Amino acid sequence: MAEAATGGAHPPGTATGDVPYAVELRGITKRFPGVVANRDIQLRVRRGEVHAIVGENGAGKSTLMKTLYGMHRPDEGTILLDGREATLRSPSDAIAAGIGMVHQHFMLADNFTVLENVVLGSEPTRGGRLDRATARRRITELSDRYALNLDPDVLVEELGVGDRQRVEIAKVLYRGATTLILDEPTAVLVPQEVDELFGNLAELTREGLTVIFISHKLDEVRKVADSITVIRRGTTVGTADPRTTTARQLAELMVGSELPTPGARSATVRDVPVLRLRGLTVASQGSRPAVDDVSLLVREGEVVGIAGVEGNGQAELVDAIMGLRPLADGSVELGDQDIADWSTRARREAGVGFIPEDRHRQGMLLDAPLWENRILGHQTRPPAVKGLFIDRRAARADTERIMEEYDVRAPGPDTPAVALSGGNQQKLIVGREMSASPRLLVAAHPTRGVDVGAQAAIWELLNTARAEGLGILLISADLDELISLSDTLHVMLRGRLVATLDPTAVTPEQLGGHMTGAHDGAAGAA
Amino acid sequence: MSTATTAATSAPNRGPLTELLLGGGKARRITWGLVGLMLLMSVVRIVSGEQALTSSSTFATALLLAVPIGLAALGGLFSERAGVVNIGLEGMMILGTWGAGYAGYQWGWVGAIVGGIVLGAAGGLLHAIATVSFGVDHVVSGVAINILAGGIVRFLSELVYAGSDVGGGVTQSPALSSRPPSFSLPVLSSGPDLLGDLQDTDWFLVSDVAGLLRGLTSGVGILTLIAILLIPITYLVLWRTAFGLRLRSCGENPAAADSLGVPVYRMKYIAVVISGGLAGLGGVALVFVANIYKEGQTGGRGFIGLAALIFGNWRPGGLAAGAGLFGFADGLQLRSRTAVVALLLLLAVLLLAVAVFQTTRGKYVQAVVAAAFAGLSLVGFLTIEELPTGIVSFTPHLITLLVLSLASQRLRMPKADGLVYRRGDH
Amino acid sequence: MTALRRLGSALLAPAMAVVVAVVITALVILAIGENPGTALQVLLDFGDTPAQQTQSIVVILNRAVPLFLSGLAVAVAFRMGLFNIGVEGQYRMATVLAAGAGAAVALPGPLHVLLIIVVAMAVGALWAGIVAVLKVTRGVSEVISSIMLNFIALGTASWLLTGPLRGSEEGAAIITTTDIPESGWFPDLNGLFGVVGLAQPRSELYGFLLVAVVVGVVVAVVLTRTRFGFDLRATGMSPSAATASGVDARRMVIKTMLISGGIAGLIGLPDLLGDTRHFGTEFTAGLGFLGIAVALLGRGSPTGIAFAALLFAFLDRAAVPLQFADIPASVVTIIQGTIVLAVVIANELARQLNRRRAERGSGQGDPPADDGTSAGPGGPVGTRITDDRQEAGR
Repeated sequence: MAEAATGGAHPPGTATGDVPYAVELRGITKRFPGVVANRDIQLRVRRGEVHAIVGENGAGKSTLMKTLYGMHRPDEGTILLDGREATLRSPSDAIAAGIGMVHQHFMLADNFTVLENVVLGSEPTRGGRLDRATARRRITELSDRYALNLDPDVLVEELGVGDRQRVEIAKVLYRGATTLILDEPTAVLVPQEVDELFGNLAELTREGLTVIFISHKLDEVRKVADSITVIRRGTTVGTADPRTTTARQLAELMVGSELPTPGARSATVRDVPVLRLRGLTVASQGSRPAVDDVSLLVREGEVVGIAGVEGNGQAELVDAIMGLRPLADGSVELGDQDIADWSTRARREAGVGFIPEDRHRQGMLLDAPLWENRILGHQTRPPAVKGLFIDRRAARADTERIMEEYDVRAPGPDTPAVALSGGNQQKLIVGREMSASPRLLVAAHPTRGVDVGAQAAIWELLNTARAEGLGILLISADLDELISLSDTLHVMLRGRLVATLDPTAVTPEQLGGHMTGAHDGAAGAA
Repeated sequence: MSTATTAATSAPNRGPLTELLLGGGKARRITWGLVGLMLLMSVVRIVSGEQALTSSSTFATALLLAVPIGLAALGGLFSERAGVVNIGLEGMMILGTWGAGYAGYQWGWVGAIVGGIVLGAAGGLLHAIATVSFGVDHVVSGVAINILAGGIVRFLSELVYAGSDVGGGVTQSPALSSRPPSFSLPVLSSGPDLLGDLQDTDWFLVSDVAGLLRGLTSGVGILTLIAILLIPITYLVLWRTAFGLRLRSCGENPAAADSLGVPVYRMKYIAVVISGGLAGLGGVALVFVANIYKEGQTGGRGFIGLAALIFGNWRPGGLAAGAGLFGFADGLQLRSRTAVVALLLLLAVLLLAVAVFQTTRGKYVQAVVAAAFAGLSLVGFLTIEELPTGIVSFTPHLITLLVLSLASQRLRMPKADGLVYRRGDH
Repeated sequence: MTALRRLGSALLAPAMAVVVAVVITALVILAIGENPGTALQVLLDFGDTPAQQTQSIVVILNRAVPLFLSGLAVAVAFRMGLFNIGVEGQYRMATVLAAGAGAAVALPGPLHVLLIIVVAMAVGALWAGIVAVLKVTRGVSEVISSIMLNFIALGTASWLLTGPLRGSEEGAAIITTTDIPESGWFPDLNGLFGVVGLAQPRSELYGFLLVAVVVGVVVAVVLTRTRFGFDLRATGMSPSAATASGVDARRMVIKTMLISGGIAGLIGLPDLLGDTRHFGTEFTAGLGFLGIAVALLGRGSPTGIAFAALLFAFLDRAAVPLQFADIPASVVTIIQGTIVLAVVIANELARQLNRRRAERGSGQGDPPADDGTSAGPGGPVGTRITDDRQEAGR
């Protein structure tokens, strides 16, 4: 901490050649079996600045940051910290060198208090006992100094996403970090929370700390960064000044070509209901229901989007529609049939396709070959199944067809699913669900964690299917995706649908306002 | 155990049911629960005429038998709080019994304690190597260790005792060369033995409480004292020290712990080896009861310890209560076969209470099931004179099963318990 | 080619494990001052005369049949991620009641045998069903409940034997049930030896071998070729994905445990119908626990389990001759225990290796997988249930 305060806060851009870079990477190369994840990386970060590293998914940003945080060692190249060469064998080394990491997926023990999470690994002790008083005092100091607004004695499981992220930042500051790495910190935040985070970051740099900010969201990067390094296909392709570079130029650097957008939309909505929810309520462990009196309608050829901060009942809503969770109240109608009492299998047989939010958990058998994954969810339907038996030959053949039609890149149907990249796994899932010609598709975060190419392909597929009359319920955290794909857009907050918006007229900021409840009672009409 | 003592001495007046459920903090509710239970047992004793139900010798045996279960459960606590499920407790306990028998006949009771801990810890080390270093499924490794432990002790016995004239054999060791010391509370439980007199008066509740107190304070072995002390010590170590925080973090979110420089693998190794040592100490307790090592001596108590751990919601106090309960069941079946029948009456009353409780919550199915079983128990109590040995022998296991099926809903295990953690996979 | 390579990698792990176990055992035998070579000789020495040699083979096969059935029972549950440690209790209960039922009735030959088989399977299935019901309705871990039910089964069986089903006289050293009449015996297969020109052994080769083979084939077909088997294996690989695909996890738990218990019910029958004709205090014990070892060694596949059962039976045969050679018979148990531990480690290493190879083969797997942890097939021994409804319902 003391170091940080005396480190001297250079206003961004004034660092001269005599001042060593806070972090400098020279020619870093990192190979994994069969893949070169990073090649000849060059990076120069000045003290006291927010330095953004941008690149699309899979470009090698995370690998690079893990190198810098000592989670693995580079095969080639050198790391310089404050001008001195450093060898980082483990995160402990990185921490000792003043580097802290805020992970994209929070590294927090839910059943521990904020205090316990923060001090873990560098606990103050007195006479062998954990000195909670000292710990509490230091955390409160940190919290006040950087406006983190933390209560040390609350259980982490009771905190929201934004609070958790600040706990992560506190963890890093508590260890005296002078350089903070934030890996995709805005991925889980709504626009308002993003602004708060940027406020926190400003506090940090004002105190002389250095922030390395990893992202693929160009607008945010241009807003917060003092300088930008672009990474593409595992290597650094250039640096940019956010004040003089347009988002377009950045994007071209990043992708090497045009950015995909969800594409133009023409109304294909027909007036035939596919899915109708009436007063759907799902109980939760707490006092408030997880899903509270939700009514909505999906028609043929319509994409109905559900926006919301994660954890506001979207997952439970999806589970309830798929029959994975019992209803406390209300009805689910598919076409003109009430399917509330049907099993998941019966619903799938009746024409409900499902793209789950976590494909590893719910969508695939990772250790099984692709052809078995083709059968998953379609165990009772041809072509892969004949009566009570499995038709292996037909399953393999149909898997090959899906691989061809949906551009799933894999050696063959006998390849285990785990060997595929996220994008190819997702394309297989989409292909599998489409192959059963569903009437309704429940798509939860269909492009999460896939590369740009696959994202464009999946958007294209959804649009085509919609044009052919498929009704789609789209749950997503990607506001651009929601706005551009949806015909109708609902906002979910604390288990309720709090607003229905016209996607052609709404901006991401307005949407974010509804998602956090800032616009309560002022819901715009569709 | 210590809470049980203080609880029973507090004023035995009973509040209304609502007060009992809603009033005061957790400690007070537990106190009330124990008072109620004591009262109930007193009633059952009088109705059934089974003096053994609350006699000091039953409680003494219960305490004696709760010790190995409690030690195994403590072992499980260390291991599972660090995220390693330890089904191998039984095997480690078996190793502990053998170590205690072998070292005990050579070097007396101190040797037995050391021998038991060392062999148990060796079993823990094996479990740690398989699960932590090699990433083997925890249950698979535990089962393999249980199978292996049986083979090893038989082999060692054949090697050491068979054909020699020290008095042991293929299935048992010679007697320990010295007995462990034991202690009684002066005046109350020894010498004038006031509690003993009180117990013999056969007064409602008074003599039952006296039986309980005398059982807990007369002829208490050294290992029992150690075990009772280990419960608060474990709590302090796991919940009040930096070491404990780190150990528990490995069971909640090992990736987070790792990212903060906590040596996850090393912590897990330490925890599982301690776990094995404690299970081994549990084995020593069994050897002290019989004064020799006998094959099959553990009789599944390692598993019951695991059940006590689950029953106790992975907390030291809870597992002590579980161990006490299962120890009581075990003690009762060894003391008196007819007293086990009286347990049926106790069970009937408790199940009836459950039925009433479930009815008030509107859960009629559960209520009907509970009531049906209550009726069945009552019929059993009224018709059965004495249970055959085969049936009585599994009383503790049956009670374990019953308790788990009634209680295992609201429990919270460590979040990463039983998950294989591989560094760098995150 | 690929099939051959897959077979190779499937055999690699168990082979490695057996080698490791043999080395460790050799070291143990050396440590006690005996010659491992002697032990090996005893293991391989099937006798001098042709009759002795076929006798050794019969002993091995007769031991392998129940081990195979036991391994199958464990494996069926294991493939869906359930740990049926209660096979021991299931077969003890099934055998004592089947022995009682068989002795109580008189029926024509095949029917009598069929009745005994049906009773045994039903009892085994019901006993295992308790575990399943407790798991799906009360969330009790099947590991703990099946262990407790083992003790309850042993106690109950001993009560049945000494009480209602007692056949031997008061005061007899060995207590047994009444013998099953001859119509309930299972014919032996000794005719086979004549057909292939081998010497007749002293004992009978259990005809139940044929039943075991049929059960093995049926299990293999069900697991790999049917919808039900797919659902079962999918649940084992990923309970959450299986549930999302429409598998009813609770029903699956119950069905699987019933099947597992049904097969477990058969374990005691080869001995009962082919040799002892009654259940008694001396009846073969421990087959259920060995079945766990056999299933792990056989990696859950019926063919693998057959080989594993033969290997274990081969080792068991040497227990008595080893003692004549001054080597403790428990060496066999040590070899078996070591094999199991070595095989689970080897399996895990092979699995990691295969995964890595697969990822490298296509060169696109995300090098750092999303989750830092992976759940094993048994799942934790707590109260966690594969079905999300349970949590939601409360």
